[in-house]
Amino acid sequence: MSEAVARPAAAFQGLRTWWTMLAISLEERLVYRGDFALGTLMRFLPIVTQVFLWTAVFSATSRGEIAGYTRNDVIAYFLLTMLTRAFSSMPGLATGIARSVRDGSVKKFLIQPVDYVSFLLAARVAHKLVYYAVAALPFALVFFLCRGFFPPLPDVPTIAAFLLSLVLSFLLGFFMEATLGMLGFWFMEVSSIVFGYMLVQYLLSGHMFPIDLLRTVPVGIGGMTLADVVHWLPFEYTAYFSAAIWLGKVRGTDLVASLAIEAGWVVAMAIACRVAWWRGTRRYSAFGG
Amino acid sequence: MGRYLAIFLTFARACLVRDMTFRANFILECVTSLGWMSMNLAFYLLVFQYTAEIGRGSGWSKAPFFAFVATGLIINSIVQAFFMPSAEELTEMVRTGGLDAVLVQPLDAQFLLSLHRVDFSSLANGAVGVGLLAWALSRMDHTPPVIAWLLYPLLLACGVAILYGLVIMLAAATILMGRNQSLYDFWFYLTNFSRYPADIYSGPWGGPLRMVCTFVIPILLVVNVPARVIAQPLSGESWGAVAAAVLAAGGSIVVSRWVFQRALARYRSASS
Repeated sequence: MSEAVARPAAAFQGLRTWWTMLAISLEERLVYRGDFALGTLMRFLPIVTQVFLWTAVFSATSRGEIAGYTRNDVIAYFLLTMLTRAFSSMPGLATGIARSVRDGSVKKFLIQPVDYVSFLLAARVAHKLVYYAVAALPFALVFFLCRGFFPPLPDVPTIAAFLLSLVLSFLLGFFMEATLGMLGFWFMEVSSIVFGYMLVQYLLSGHMFPIDLLRTVPVGIGGMTLADVVHWLPFEYTAYFSAAIWLGKVRGTDLVASLAIEAGWVVAMAIACRVAWWRGTRRYSAFGG
Repeated sequence: MGRYLAIFLTFARACLVRDMTFRANFILECVTSLGWMSMNLAFYLLVFQYTAEIGRGSGWSKAPFFAFVATGLIINSIVQAFFMPSAEELTEMVRTGGLDAVLVQPLDAQFLLSLHRVDFSSLANGAVGVGLLAWALSRMDHTPPVIAWLLYPLLLACGVAILYGLVIMLAAATILMGRNQSLYDFWFYLTNFSRYPADIYSGPWGGPLRMVCTFVIPILLVVNVPARVIAQPLSGESWGAVAAAVLAAGGSIVVSRWVFQRALARYRSASS
């Protein structure tokens, strides 16, 4: 009987801890809200150059389409990747974890009844909630002004798949960066590894261009293209995939299979993150007060 | 002037000694910087798989466009090596009061704050830029005339001067605001406009944008003018652009100096 009462109480306590972590992080993020809002607006500036660049590219070619994308598709694609990146990008997460290992501040999580990975996840959810609150208006304005570039609204299942892919991209981005940060238990400095990751991520996520453009790049194995290889890697699910869903570039069984690959990567990276944390803390030693 | 040159060379030597002390880190920084640049070059190569030029009739076909990219690499590597490292430190100096120690030195504050740190690893991109320029020029339909070769270094210097003025004005904003992380992001986003030929900014939105980025914040003159002189046949329009770049460079130096002095006059120490 007492055990049955204790279980909901423990669950409630866990929920309260989560809520407290979320509330603290929300307050932290709102301290420099002016700086934050300005930063959000600035992020749209590179899109402007991309719009003009691709307009110039399409004006110079006689094709109406490049890799299945019209000029309007490409512009809509870049706007949509901005939205996807708002979910999947985790600025400062990996370097922050590595720093906390290096300067020893991580040790408080070893003695407090707070799980470090859960704390980081709550802090990141708070970060994103503040970001969406601040960014909703500029995003809505830009998307409204650029509505002419978008195809008609997709059907409800496509929108549902799009939303699911966004949530999965958030989790994938979080666990990939957190796992990278955990490497701080083995290496004193991870900034170069993080930079290398960012490089690959920027190129293969579709942030720079639609991955479909890589269909003309052979890899020399059984007629496979670079786009086929990238499809099995986690990177394209942090930018390209959601945008491609909305634009109708991935449909039917391909869409279901791709969502399954994305979910598989989320699970794999979550396990990798946990394993890195367990093994890292077992070899970790801190000195001083 | 000679005294300032000697002091700058001392700064540069000290930075080089520090870089060479951590040689592996220096090499890693060069490699990562080159990696980022290679990725951008790969993107441009991919774009040219689908089009012969950037903008119909613009003249920015593959070889001239890569000469443009090379010019941007050279200019940006100079700015990144000599001015940005010092400017990046300024935010922290203002916030912590470290700026006080600079202001009491018997030297010009702008000189000290903008040139005390040199990042030699950033010059790696510039070196690749020179190689890329040579490759692009060897594949162009026309050979640049002697006057273009004479003007090119002068216009590179003008491009650097315009960007230096922008860095100094952002530094002045740091002094006034105390914290301006977004303004340094603004630097990245603003210079992003100079990464492509000005010809791409056309139409009802592009035209006004091009005017603003040429005459208000002359960011489009930085790479476009030297690149056009070396990679495209000279025309009457080219001479106007050269004059505009020289004027913009002089104006940037003078205006940024004035803004920086005004900002310093309003500085209130943060230290106790």
